[in-house]
This record gives sequence, C-alpha cells and structure tokens, in this order.
Amino acid sequence: MSLVLTEEQVAVQDAAKKLIRAQSPLTELRRLRDEKNPTGYCVDLWQRMIELGWPGIIIPETFGGLGLTANYLSVILEECGRTLTPSPVWSSGLFASYLIVNSNTSELQRETLTALAAGTRTVAVALEEKARHAPFDIKTTLSGTSQMKLNGRKHFVVNGHVADALVVTARSDEGALQLVLVNTAQSGVTVERNQMVDSHNSATITFNDVSIEPQQVLCSSNAEALLQAGLDVARLGLSAEMLGTASEAFDRTLAYLKEREQFGAIIGSFQALKHRAAIMFVELELARSAVREGFSVLNSNEVNTTKLARLASIAKMQLCQTLHLISNEAVQLHGGIGMTDEHEIGFFLKRARVLEQLLGDDVYHIDRYASLSGY
Amino acid sequence: MQNLESFQQETATWLDENCPASMRTPMSEADTIWGGRQFQYPSEDARLWKERMAERGWTAPTWPREYGGGGLSNAEATILKREMLRLGCRPPLFSFGLGMLGPALLEFGNEAQKQEHLPKIARGEIRWCQGYSEPGAGSDLAGLQTSAVDAGDHFVVNGHKVWTSYADKADWIFCLVRTDKSTKQGGISFLLFDMESEGISTRPIQLISGSSPFCETFFDNVKVPKANLVGELNKGWSIAKRLLQHERAMISEIGFADPSGQGAPLASLAKEYLGESHGRIADRVIRSEIAQHEMKTHAFLATLKRANEEARAGQSVGATSSMFKYYGTENNKAKFELMMRILGHHGLGWEGTGFDEQQLTVTRRWLRSKGNSIEGGTSEIQLNVMAKQVLGLPD
Repeated sequence: MSLVLTEEQVAVQDAAKKLIRAQSPLTELRRLRDEKNPTGYCVDLWQRMIELGWPGIIIPETFGGLGLTANYLSVILEECGRTLTPSPVWSSGLFASYLIVNSNTSELQRETLTALAAGTRTVAVALEEKARHAPFDIKTTLSGTSQMKLNGRKHFVVNGHVADALVVTARSDEGALQLVLVNTAQSGVTVERNQMVDSHNSATITFNDVSIEPQQVLCSSNAEALLQAGLDVARLGLSAEMLGTASEAFDRTLAYLKEREQFGAIIGSFQALKHRAAIMFVELELARSAVREGFSVLNSNEVNTTKLARLASIAKMQLCQTLHLISNEAVQLHGGIGMTDEHEIGFFLKRARVLEQLLGDDVYHIDRYASLSGY
Repeated sequence: MQNLESFQQETATWLDENCPASMRTPMSEADTIWGGRQFQYPSEDARLWKERMAERGWTAPTWPREYGGGGLSNAEATILKREMLRLGCRPPLFSFGLGMLGPALLEFGNEAQKQEHLPKIARGEIRWCQGYSEPGAGSDLAGLQTSAVDAGDHFVVNGHKVWTSYADKADWIFCLVRTDKSTKQGGISFLLFDMESEGISTRPIQLISGSSPFCETFFDNVKVPKANLVGELNKGWSIAKRLLQHERAMISEIGFADPSGQGAPLASLAKEYLGESHGRIADRVIRSEIAQHEMKTHAFLATLKRANEEARAGQSVGATSSMFKYYGTENNKAKFELMMRILGHHGLGWEGTGFDEQQLTVTRRWLRSKGNSIEGGTSEIQLNVMAKQVLGLPD
C-alpha cells in the first residue's frame, strides 16, 4: 500500500495540470459567474476531458471506459481544486459512475455506462433532504411493486441543473433504502437551478409521482452498502479536490507574504506570520498523506469497505479542517485586498465552505469515526 | 520482494524463539535498557535479550556489520521493527548513542573513532550523554560559551552545561565547545570525552514531574585528547545540526513507537472512567475530542510513512524532522491533556494510597510531556526552521 504516486499517475497529473491551467484558470469561473452561464461549467474543458477519456476512467472497458482505479481521478480532481474548476468530473465521473458501475447489471445500466464513458450524458446524485449531510435520513419514497412511483424533494444536488439523469435515494414501502436511476426528462421531475455562494451550481429537484420501471432500481438487495461505499469513494474524491484548493490558497498566500511590504520590511519576515504559515504547511502535509492513504485502499480489486470508511472519514475531516484554516488565513493575511471581489483569494473561502459541507463536515466525520471505532 | 518475504519469516521465527516472555510485556519508562558501565539490568531476561539482539547487530539494525550493526537495508529494518511491535518485543537497548551520536559518527567520524565507539554503543557497553545547552544558550544554542583551549596534544575544557540528560549516569559525553570566540557558528567544535576525566562534576535537576532525568554539568580544566575531535576544528556546528535532526526524529516518535502503551487507548480509558451509554462514551464532548485526536494521529503517522517512502523513492523530504518534532510533541502533549480530562479528580494525585499506579503515572507523564516541545529545539524554533528552510520566508 504505497503513499507515493506511481509513474502513470504522475503522467496523468502532469497532463491534468497543463490542460486545466490553460483552459480553466480562475478567471474562467469568474466569467461563468458574471455572464450567468446556463451550463455553469466550462464546456470546452469538458470536451477536452471527453477526448482524453476522463469521464470513463472508472468505467470498465466493456462499456467504452478506461477501466482504471479512482486513483487517476484523484490527481485530476486535485488540479480541478487548484483552479476551483466547475465540471462534472466529481459528480458524474466519480460519484454517480461508481454507484452505477457497482449496481445490478441491466440493459439500462449498460446503456447508461456507455453514454457516461462517451461523455454524451452526465448523471448527478440526489441525496440530501436535511440542513446538514444526512444520507440515511430521508423521506423520499419509492412505493408500489409493479407500478412504482417516486415522490419526494432533494436539494444540494451538485450539477443537478444540467444532469441528464439522477441517482436518487428513496425508501421503499418496507423502509428499505433504494437507489433509483431517473431521467430528468421523465414526467413528474422538476429541476430548479441554484447558484451557490462559490459560483458553482446545484439543484433542488422535486419528484411528483414519477413512474419507475424495475430496471431503474439500481441495487435492490444491498443498496445501503453500495451507497456507503459510493459515499466514501466520493468523499475521497472531494478530499483530493480540497487538497488542490487548500494547496493553491496556501501557495498564493505564501507568495503574498514574500512580496507585501509594511514597516519597511517584507511582512513574511515577521515571526507572528511565519509561525502561522508553518502551521498551515504542517496541516497541509497531514492532509496530503490522508488523501493518499485513502486512495491507496482503492488500488486492490477487493476493496476493504471497513477500512475505506475509516480512511475516508479521516481524509474528509483533515481536509475540512485544513481548508477551513487556510481559507480563513488566506483572506486575513491578504488584508484589505483579500476582502475585494476583484482579488481572487475570496473565491477560495467561498468554495471552501461548499466543499466542507458536501458529504459531511469535520464534525460529522469525527462522530462517524467514533461510531466506526466502537465508542 | 521474495527476499524480503523470507527475511520477514526468518525474523519472526528468530524473535519468537529468542525474545524471553518477560520481555514481551508492556514496559514502563523505568524498564528502559540504557546500557553502560554502571547499568544494573532490571532482570536476567533483560540482559539476555539485549545480548542476543546485540549478537546479531540488531540493537543498531542499519549500521554496518563491521561497527557492530546489523547491516540491514531500510526495508529490512522496517520489517524488523514491525515484527517486534507485532510480537510485543521490548526495545533491547535504547540510548543516545544509538539514536543520536552513532548516526553522526557514521557520517562525520574518522575510521578510528568509528572503530572505537560504535561497537560499544551497539553492545550497550558505553552510555553517552549530550552536552549541548548552557544556561545562556538554550534556543540560541550557537551562543554557547564552554571553551576548549588548545594545549598542544590536548584541549583544556572549561564551562557549564545544562539539561544534560542522565549526565550522572553516563560514561562519555559528546559535547559542543567553543574553539574560536571571534565568530558564532563558525567557532564551535564537536568533542568526545570520558565522564571519568578529572574536573567533571554533575548535579541532577528535579523537574515538575518529580523525576530528575537532567543534570547540570560542570567542566573545570578537563583535559581532552585531540584525537577526540570529531570532524574539523571549528566545523562542529554542521555536525550539531545534523545530530539535532536525529534527536528530533527520536523525540517525535515518543508516544508512538513506545510499546509500553502508556497507553490504554484513550477510548477504553474514557469508557472506564466516564461510563457508556448505548456503547458510546457517555460524555459526548470528550468522545468527540478523542476521535479527533485519533484521526489526527492517524494522519500524522501516515505522513511519517509517506516521508519514508518518498525518501526511498529519492524524492526530497525537506525539513521534515522539524515538522515531525513539532507535530509529534504537540500531539503527545494533547494526548496527555485529554487523559487528564478523562481522569478528572483521579488525575490530580501526587502520592499516597488514594490513587492507583496508572493514575499516578498519567499525572507524572502529563507533566513530563510538557518538556517534549522544549527539549531538542522548542516548537517555536521548529516553526522558524520550517518557515525559513521549507517555505523560504525571509529573516
């Protein structure tokens, strides 16, 4: 179980760095925000990613995917995190794809995976109903046996405003958790776009007596276990993205400390600021290790889900705390200019809070880790 | 890989056959095998265990065999360490010679010095102490004043060292001395000498924890042969800095590599003292603090592992010893604060029958842990080092 990237992963990382920095620097997010872009992400970049096969990284080759481990997505997400790039890489290419790849085989599954790998379709995951992350505390229902109907309301569905389909969590008449694949064009589905504080987009989605065919139910017997694993893989993906975001915010802040002068000195020469920078550096090193260790579990064919759960919670906790600290310090250490919309550092603070809440913040994962550890 | 697998199996078998049962029980600080001329082994098993390990060179696993080491590769040494932890084997020998002076001598010592000192360290025959800090030279170590004056075939050493760990029990000292008063770092030399030399006296310092691991050490016209100079004259500072890295690495592992398990895991201690409700620690706030502490510790240990792997892969590891020293000691202090909180009133005893051994130990160790972020370079110094060497922030 290695914590060092392989040569192949480094090659993908280099390619991602080049592509994303060229096609989607932070000015791109500002443009999308200011022109109220209907898609909400950079379509050109997504096209390039499709040409490189990235939407299909974790999709088996039989469906036209690359059949690789999620480790390759981790380095891409890290680069996306550096430029705060909005794209379906995480929401569709990792989270939704993982759930569909590992569900029951059906004609619909094959067809969806093929479209996902080809980049002709994106899927979002519709989970949340509460103020804070609570994937198993849901009221959305899937009722009936032959004539199934889906009813309920989900919010904070990342990239749900442009998704072609949704994986929706619901409870059956017996109270069992179900994962349902719903086409957003189906009758009874209403999608409302929400622009968030970080200029990324999510949706509030209402399901009103939506008719569901049996093959739309992804995994009838052990949907709960599948969702747990999917959540943990997605949490690791978020952690990788957050690592990029935190690293970039830190690099920019450090550069500012080396250039800004006050009292006739470079402010980075002041010990009070040096210590704060060094503390951020240490937290960032811990964060990098937590991400690498989490992804190393996904290298084997048989994923140990108990271990995955613990490491995903450790990674998400560490990244939430690190990014929280660094995003706050970044604004403070930039001083007045950090409060302006003109300067880019404020984008990191806004994005940080969204990433923290997604799939559970540090408080959520500390509580979960204690439960997983039997205390 | 095949070789490592068979090494692992052979090691496990050998350890299992040769490590006495009493050396596989949790140990306290008092059970540490320091070695040295005057050392009294706490048991025959302890002596036997050290002898057997020293015989194989496994008290200093990665040192070359010609100097009493085991000649193991880093990968093999890691396996040995892991197998010892797995089987619960106590460290056969622990000393400043092994952890600090030895690595520095391997790098900077001449052939005669290596031949003379390393095998005795590996066999636990000579116990070393470190003469670094002085009353006026703590964090600003390079400001040290203890002088060594050239007197032909020997130096004459005069001065006053402080925080000399176990100077009263040590046989030899590795000591920083001033050989040139006109410059600061460039006037320091690195000397080795016998603590039985005439003119040396020591006085133990009692700490807030009640123990006296440190001494003040006084040198009054001590004669030191010139052959005992390590490296070149006035070039001792680079050796000193290198040695501090080894010391920091040693201190940052406090509380992690220690199989004494001081150490009932926090959660079981909390269940014992605070009770359970539905399988959870009854106090929800403390439960949360424990979980967070364990998660951060896990991320820290993963970082140690990653640094090792990166070093092996030839990637740069930066000023990681400062990072590990800083975080490891702060983390260890936090652990004892948490233990004290869990114990509540039971953690407030000093002596007498109202408190059991475990409670009294936690209290003393809590107090002792405060020194971790001071000795070997304070946390503040470590942050300075990182800011300068890793982050490139200006002076």
